[in-house]
Amino acid sequence: MYTSTTNRRSFIKKMAMLSAMTAAATMFPGILFAEEQERGLPKGSLLNWKKAPCRFCGVGCGVLIGIEKGKAVAVKGDPKSTVNKGLCCVKGYHSVIAMYGKDRLTKPLVKKNGKYVETSMKEALDLIASKMKETIKDFGKDSVSIYGSGQWTIPDGYVASKLFKGCIGTNNVEANARLCMASAVTGFLTSFGLDEPMGCYEDIDHANVYVLWGNNMAEMHPVLFSRMLDQRLKRAAKIIDFTTRTTRTSMAADKSILFLPQTDLAVGNAICYEIIKNGWVHTSFVEKHCNFSKGLTNMGYGLEDNFKFKDRPEKIDFETYKEFLNDYTPEKVEKMSGVSAKDIKYLAAYYGDPNKKVMSFWCMGPNQHSRGTWMNNIIYNIHLLTGKISTPGNSPFSLTGQPSACGTVREVGTLTHKLPHGVVMNKKHREFAAKIWEVPVENIDPKPTYHTVEMFRALDRGDIRFMWIQVTNPMVTMPKLKRYRDGANKEGRFIVVSDIYPTPTTDIADVILPSAMWIEREGMYGNSERRTQYFEQMVSPPGEAMSDTWQLIEVAKRMGFEKQFYYKEATHIEEIYKEYQRHHVGKKHNMAPLEVLKKQPGAMWPYVDGKSTKWRFNSKYDPACTNGKDFHFYGKPDGKAIIWQRPYEPAAESPDKEYPYWLCTGRVLEHWHTGSMTRRIPVLHKAMPHSYVELNPEDAKRMQIRTGDKVKLTTRRGEIILPVAINQRGIPAPMQVFVPFFDENLLINDITLDSFCPISKEPDYKKCAVKLEKV
Amino acid sequence: MPIKSYLAHPHQGRKEELVTAISEIQGCDVVSAKNEEILVVVTETENKEEEEVLKIKFDAIESLKLLAMVSGFNTPKEH
Repeated sequence: MYTSTTNRRSFIKKMAMLSAMTAAATMFPGILFAEEQERGLPKGSLLNWKKAPCRFCGVGCGVLIGIEKGKAVAVKGDPKSTVNKGLCCVKGYHSVIAMYGKDRLTKPLVKKNGKYVETSMKEALDLIASKMKETIKDFGKDSVSIYGSGQWTIPDGYVASKLFKGCIGTNNVEANARLCMASAVTGFLTSFGLDEPMGCYEDIDHANVYVLWGNNMAEMHPVLFSRMLDQRLKRAAKIIDFTTRTTRTSMAADKSILFLPQTDLAVGNAICYEIIKNGWVHTSFVEKHCNFSKGLTNMGYGLEDNFKFKDRPEKIDFETYKEFLNDYTPEKVEKMSGVSAKDIKYLAAYYGDPNKKVMSFWCMGPNQHSRGTWMNNIIYNIHLLTGKISTPGNSPFSLTGQPSACGTVREVGTLTHKLPHGVVMNKKHREFAAKIWEVPVENIDPKPTYHTVEMFRALDRGDIRFMWIQVTNPMVTMPKLKRYRDGANKEGRFIVVSDIYPTPTTDIADVILPSAMWIEREGMYGNSERRTQYFEQMVSPPGEAMSDTWQLIEVAKRMGFEKQFYYKEATHIEEIYKEYQRHHVGKKHNMAPLEVLKKQPGAMWPYVDGKSTKWRFNSKYDPACTNGKDFHFYGKPDGKAIIWQRPYEPAAESPDKEYPYWLCTGRVLEHWHTGSMTRRIPVLHKAMPHSYVELNPEDAKRMQIRTGDKVKLTTRRGEIILPVAINQRGIPAPMQVFVPFFDENLLINDITLDSFCPISKEPDYKKCAVKLEKV
Repeated sequence: MPIKSYLAHPHQGRKEELVTAISEIQGCDVVSAKNEEILVVVTETENKEEEEVLKIKFDAIESLKLLAMVSGFNTPKEH
C-alpha cells in the first residue's frame, strides 16, 4: 500500500491512535482530543487538509482529508460540520485506506474465451457502446439496463438517467437503494406526497426521547448515536430500543423492548390505539392538517415473476380508523408480538405526553419489510396523531445507509418510475425533463419497466440482455442470490461492471471498468437530512481508472448523443450540477449553488434566499408553505398529510416444523455493506474477519453448540455453513438467528427469500424460515 | 514490529500521575483526554519479547486501573 515503511509505520501509529480515540468517543460522547489529533500526525508532515463528506454511510459526516505528496494519508472529523461536529466513526477514520488496497482495479478487462484480458479504456468504451447499440437493434430499447447505487455521486446518477431515460428511451434504470430505502420513499409519498425527512439532525439536540424502531444505531449510525448519548448526559434524554435482537444499541439504551418479527405493524397500531383511547390526540392539528385513508390489504409478497400490485386508496373518517384500531388493543397485541401491554403503554405514553419531544429513528428494520410502506405509514401516523412533526425535536426520521441514497437515487431519481423532477407517468414531468435534456418528449417512455428484483429476473429470463452495473455489488446483495447469479451467467447476456476492486459482481462481467473512487474525482453526495455536500478531486485515480460519470459520458457520445452530452472534461461536474439544479428550481426543492457547496460543509434543500430549510412543512421555517396556516403539507393537493389505516399481515415465510427459526440478516460496525472496501482496510478486516451466525444462548445450550462451532443453515433456497457466535456482538431472541451479509466468502443471500413490499418493491431481508444443524 | 493502541483508565484522581508513568516508558505515546478520566496509549515494540516486558511495566503502574486494547498491528521494521 505504501512504498516507504517509515511512512507506513507513522501512518499505522496514527491510525492506532485514532482507533483508540474513536473507541473513547463511543464510550464518552463529547470527549475532547482535538489538539492531540493534530499532534498525533506524522512529524514534519505538510498535510493539506481538504473537506469532503465521508465515503461510507448515509449520515454524511463532514471529514477533513489530509493529503501529502499526492496521497490521502489521514482523516479527521470536520469540526465545522453540523452533522458530526468533529466526530468520526471507525470506518470514517480509516476510509482513505480503502483507496490503496493492493488489488485495486487499474486497467479495463475484457472477457475473451473465459479469461480476462487487459485492454485500453478507449477499446473497452468502444466495445460497450457497440454492444449496447447492437443489443437495442436486436432486442429493442428495453433490453438494455443500468443498475447503480446510492454511492453514485449526483453527477453519476444524473448522466445515467439522462442517457437511458432521455436518450435511449428506456426506463431500465434502477439502483441498489431499492434494496434499502424504497419503503421509506413510498412511505413519504403516501403520507406526505413528497420524499425525504421533514426534520434534520438538529432535532437530536431538542428531543427528550428517541425511539429506535428496529435500528441498531450504535453500530450502523455511530456518530448520530454518539450525539444521542451526549444529549442523554447533558439533558437526560431517553433512548428506547425497539428491536427483535439485543445489540450494542440495546445495551446502551435506557430501555430495550423485544418484539417478534413482523409484529411491529401491530405494536405501532397499538400505540395509536392508546393515543386515541387516552385522549392524547392533538385534535386541532389532526383536524387542520390530516386526512384518513385506507388501501388494499392481502397484497401478496411478489414471489412470482411479473408480480403486479397497485394500491387503491380510499378516504375514511376518524371514527372508522378508531374502530379499526380496536383489533390492536395492547392486550391483544401482547399475545402476537411478545411485547407486554405495559411496554406498549410505556411507548405510547412518551408519544402522547405533550411535554415530551419525540424523535423516531428507523432504517432497515421497517424498510426491508414485506409491509415496509405500511410500517413507515404507521410511524408517521403516531407523529401525526400527536402533532409531533416538523418542529425542532419532534421528528419521524428515516435514516439511510449510503452516502447518496437520498442525493442521487431519490433526488436525481435513478429508479424506473422516477425523473429528476417527478415521475415518468406524468406528461408534464416528462415534458419538463425533455426540455432540459434537449430530447424529444416522446423519447421518455411513460411506463416504468422493472424494479430491481424484477430487473434481475428479466435478466434471467432474457428480457434484458445488457446490464451495466456501477458502484454496487448485487452478486452479494440480491436476495435468493443463486437464481440471479445463474441468470447473469447465462449465454447471450452482456454485463459491464464499473468498480474499484474485484468482487463477486465483477466475476459475472464481460467488461470490467476500473473506477475512480470518491476523492479521486469531483462530485456531490446528498445525505439523510437533505444535505448536499461537494468534494473536489484531491488525488489522482490509479492507472486508467475513470469516474463513473465520465465513463457514461464517453459511451453516450459514442452512441451518438454528443448534443446532450456536451460537457467538457475539465468542467463537466460543474456543468452537470448546474443543469441538474434546473430540475429542482422553486421553493419546494431548490438546490444550493455550487459556489456555496464549495465553501461550507453542505447545505440542506430547499435552499431558499441563501438559507437551508431545517424543518419542512412548518411555515415558521419553510418558505414553501403558502396556506397561511402553521403547517402546510404541500406535497398533497389539499395540503394535508394522510393517516393510513394499515393492518398487521404476516411475513411471506414464517418458521414451521421443518424450518423452525427466523433468519434475520444485517450489517456490522466494522464493515460497510458488502465489505468490498472495508475488508481491504487491515484494522477493520482484523477486527471482523469473517461472517458468523448469532444464536440465542438457550437455543445453543439445548443444541450443545458453543461459540466457534459450525452449523448448517438450510432454507428452501439452499444451505450454508457458518461459525457460531454466542453472547458476542448481538444476542438474537429464542428461535431466531442473525447473520451479517458483508462476507463474500459466506454468501448468506444464497439462502434468503426475494419477497418484497408490493408497494415499494423493497425486499424483506429480515425474515425467512431456516433450519439449523450442528456440523 | 507490533503497534498497539489502548484505552487506559486511571484510578480516581490519579490521571496526571498515570500520564507521567506511561510517558516514561520507552516506545509509548500517551494522549490524555481533556475532559474525561481516560488516556489513549499507543505502544511500538520491536518484537513479542519486548511486548511482554512492556506488559510487566504496565502491571507495575499503581495509578493504572484498567488497560483495554483497541487495535493491534504488525508491521515491517523501519529502515
